Formats: sequence, structure tokens, C-alpha cells
Amino acid sequence: MKRFWGFVIKEFYHILRDSKTMLVLFGMPVMQMFIFGFAISTDLKDVKIAILDPSSDEITRAVESRILSSGYFMLESRLNAESEIEPAFRTGKIKEVVVFEPGFASRLQREGTATVHLIADASDANQANLIASYTTAIINDYVSKASQTSVPMRINVESRMLYNPELKSVFMFVPGTMAMILILICALMTSISIVREKELGTMEVLLVSPLKPIQIIIGKVTPYVVLALIDAAIIIVMSYYVFRLPMQGSLFLLMLETGIYIILSLVLGIFISTNTENQQTAIFISMFAFMLPTILLSGFIFPIANMPKILQWLCAIMPPKYFIIIIKNIMLKGSGIMYVWKETLILISMIVLFIILSIRKFKIRLE
Amino acid sequence: MERDVIIEVKDLVKKFDHFVANDHLSFKVYGGEIFGFLGANGAGKTTAIRILCGLSKPTSGFIRVAGYDAYSQTEQIKKSIGYMSQKFSLYEDLTVYENIRFYGGIYGLRTEYIRSKSEELLHRLGMTEIRNKLIKDIPTGWRQKLAFSIAVFHNPRIVFLDEPTGGVDPVTRRQFWKLIYETAHSGITVFVTTHYMDEAEYCDKVCIMSEGKIVAMDSPDKLKEGFGVTNMDEVFFKVARNVTY
Repeated sequence: MKRFWGFVIKEFYHILRDSKTMLVLFGMPVMQMFIFGFAISTDLKDVKIAILDPSSDEITRAVESRILSSGYFMLESRLNAESEIEPAFRTGKIKEVVVFEPGFASRLQREGTATVHLIADASDANQANLIASYTTAIINDYVSKASQTSVPMRINVESRMLYNPELKSVFMFVPGTMAMILILICALMTSISIVREKELGTMEVLLVSPLKPIQIIIGKVTPYVVLALIDAAIIIVMSYYVFRLPMQGSLFLLMLETGIYIILSLVLGIFISTNTENQQTAIFISMFAFMLPTILLSGFIFPIANMPKILQWLCAIMPPKYFIIIIKNIMLKGSGIMYVWKETLILISMIVLFIILSIRKFKIRLE
Repeated sequence: MERDVIIEVKDLVKKFDHFVANDHLSFKVYGGEIFGFLGANGAGKTTAIRILCGLSKPTSGFIRVAGYDAYSQTEQIKKSIGYMSQKFSLYEDLTVYENIRFYGGIYGLRTEYIRSKSEELLHRLGMTEIRNKLIKDIPTGWRQKLAFSIAVFHNPRIVFLDEPTGGVDPVTRRQFWKLIYETAHSGITVFVTTHYMDEAEYCDKVCIMSEGKIVAMDSPDKLKEGFGVTNMDEVFFKVARNVTY
């Protein structure tokens, strides 16, 4: 055990003394989060909307002017009937229709509550979600201010997404970034650090020593497990506080699944390192085998359902795909293990498969 | 002086597919000896040393290292040997002392022991002042001496040196051999491969390999006498010619 810890401490020295490694470990996640986070959230300006306001009373007009004076929205047209909503979207000019229920003000006075429907064009899922949440925020703001001066009231805001009701890519950037960063750190960094020892010739010395190969491998990956978990925590904290991503499910389950994914990534890194002799090759393989597929084939940016069949099959063997499904379910939907056990099982079987492959490869090398 | 056999090899064969890297090697190395393994690149030296260290499995043959069987007792062998490769194998981003502590640690030495012994070692090497310098900041000659001292830090019964003087200037090589002598005097057997023939003169016994076979084996003096020449260079030349023609 003492030998093992000496080894782990040595690994930490390697990492902490290399400023480039440190930058990749901690600078990259934060940068990626900002890039992906703000890339989808900065361009909400003068979005064209339509309003359907059958009651057209004092309160609805006050709400409307709030919405239109916010700077985020511009009135494109006023609609007169619900049947006009669909054609209005078809023109492609508007992104949202705000629908007040009939007799809005009188109902609000009588029952203390009334409903606004927000219908958004979700063919651009990220934007639709953003538009709806901005509108909701403006209305809620109005309500809370109005309640201070007059009688308490409640306006229910119900949003509906047209064309893409499940919002397939909304908030994908957090699970996606997390999947990418973790596989990158774990697979890339461990494969590099193992291959570097081969290049330096220190691996031979370690193999000649009484340390068992398994101790060497576990000693190599332990620091990365710790650092990857810290990264995961940074991403979760950032997504919660900076990007207001909801955290519906159990944090414990989320970290557990993250742990499983980290282990899988490390095993992949080990597998790469048993197959390569120099750092360039290791970097190249990691990038091509993990980075690009994680971005392109995991559902991170492009929805898998829209891909050709052959690419969908390819997606099915990408570990990040399952991890993204798992964290999306836990973070956004609050699902428990009952809903993600299948994906979890797939990740675990991948771990087992690659451990077996790595061990076989390692044995061949010894003979 | 009582001489016990510390490495015993009989009919060692190592094949890679159809290529025979070691073809029926047989030799004995005695305790406290400096045993030189000579040959051109590709003669099979490194393959043999890797098998003796447990880095590679032999295809067939009888091999005992420090009294342990090379097939079934590799764990015990690993505890009884030290190893230094041609790359010196120190971590460049660790300091002198951290390297010593790390290698001491993986051999399971106690922290107290590592501390006192490394003081003594640094003093002997004249490196006390640079103990906290990173390896990448110290000259090659010092790295090599340090790498060797670390290889014998845990007092192994045998130390294997695989072309330890590659890329080192002649003065440093002499100093290095002084260190090897001291080590052999303290009772540690030294098994060294080299292709510098002047280094072969320093060995108690040399074994010359060519194309996977042992072509000559004796003390340097006897070899020179046998071939009627004055230095090992000529011995090697003659031996090589015998094989080729």
C-alpha cells in the first residue's frame, strides 16, 4: 500500500508541475463551458413575436408593454383567433405567440389567477426554450411588482413548444461538455502519461521493480480520477450558478454515474496506451477516437434521431452518448436509477470489455 | 573466495514468431562478478537481459536468477535485482531527492531508511547541494551516476545495466566504471551489456554474442591470449569474422 501511495504522489507531482497539463485540466472545462454556454444564450434580441389577446384589458396591455419594451421582443403582428396561430408560425417570421385567455383581467380579479400560454417555435430548440423562459421571467416580474402595490394575483404561464416538443437539444451543452471534458481528460491524459513513461524508459524500470502491473496502472489513473471528479464538480456548479441549469435529480446518483463514466474513460486511455508507443500517436488516437465522436456522434450537438441509420449505429458504440442520456435524465428530468439502469449497464459492460482487451494486449507484449 | 552461482542459464531460447533472438544460450555468473555481455546491435543482448529481469518470458530453457526460477518466481527475482536502462530512467520533472525517494518507495524501503541512506548517497556522489534540483537541470553525467546509484539503492543481489554508457563522454564513462567497481566490491553482482570494447576490459568475464548465439566467453585476458591479440577490440573483430566467414 505504501508503495502504491508513493506512486500516486509521484503522479501528482508530474501533473502539478506541468503548467500545460494544469491548463488543460482546469482551464479547458471552464473555457468550454463559457463557449458552449454563451454561444447559445447571447443572441436573444428583437425576437419577433405575435400576440393573441381576446380580452385586451388594462392588465394584458400592461403585460404586453412590459414584454415589448424589454428589448428582447418585437411585435410582428396581432392575431385575432387561435386558428391564426399555426399559419403565423408557417410564415417563419415569428418565433413565439403570447396567448392571453379570454376575459383575462376580470378573471384575475374574480379568481385571483389567470393563464398566459406561450407557444414557441421549437425547431430551434435552444432558442425556443430561451424565448419562453425570458417571456416567463418578464411576466413573473410584472406579477411580483403588481402584487406589492395592489391585491395579490397569480398569472399562470404555460409554455408549449411547437415542432419539437421534447426540446431535444436544449441544455445539451452541459451534459455534452461534461461528457467531452471527462473523456478527454481521462482518456487523453492517462494514455499520454503512460506512453510518456514508455518513451522515457521509466516504464521498464517500473516493470522490473516489485510493483505489480496492476499497481502501476491504478497508481497512474488514481490522480486523474480525483482531478476528473473535481472537473465534474466545477462543471455542475458552473451550470447551476452561471447557466441556471436545473438540478432535478439526486446529486449522489449523478456523481456515481459520473464516476462510472470516468472509469470507462480511464480504461479507454489505458487501452490506447497499450497499443501505442509514443505520445503523438496517443494524442492523435484520443482526439480522433474520442474528441470528434463525442462532439459529432453523441447527440451533443446534432440530434442522433436525425442521422442516417448507419451513423446511428456508430453512435450506439460511443460511450458519451449513454452518459449524456444519463445526466440529462438525472439533471433535467430528475429521473432515478430506474430510468437509466440500461445505459448504466452498457457503460459498465464497456468497462469490462476494455479491461479484458487491455489485459490480453499487455500479456502479449510480455511474451 | 567462495564463489556461488548467482545466475544460471542453460539452453535459453527465445523466439519471436520465426525469428530466433536467443539461440541456446548457456552461461553462469558468479556472485560479486562483473559480467559483460557484448555484441553488436541486434545480437540478442537486450532480449536476454529482459528475460533475466522478468520483463519477457523465455520460449524454453532453464534459467535461475538469484536462486529463483525465471518462469514461476519472477516476483522474488524482481525483489533481488536492480535495473538500469540506456535511457537512465529518471523522472525529469522530479528533483534528485524525489527520484531517490520514489524508487526507494517502490522497493518497499522504510521512510527512515530512505532518508538516512539517501543523505549518505548524496554525500558520496557530491550531490548534496543539488538534492532539490530537478533532474532536467543537471548534467547527463550526474544523471547517469544517480540512475545507477538508485538502481542499487535497495541493495539488490544483482544489478542489470543495459548499455549504461550510451551517449556519455569518455571521462564520465571512466568515473562511472569506478562506481561499478565499488558496487561489485560491496558484493553486488554486475551484469552489464555494452558495445564499447574498451569497457569489456573492465569486466571479470565477458560473453560475446552474435546473431543470437554465444560465440566466445572467458575473462578478457584469456580471450586476448587465446586469439593472440592485445586488446578486446581485436578479439571482437576476430570473433565476428569467424562467425561471418
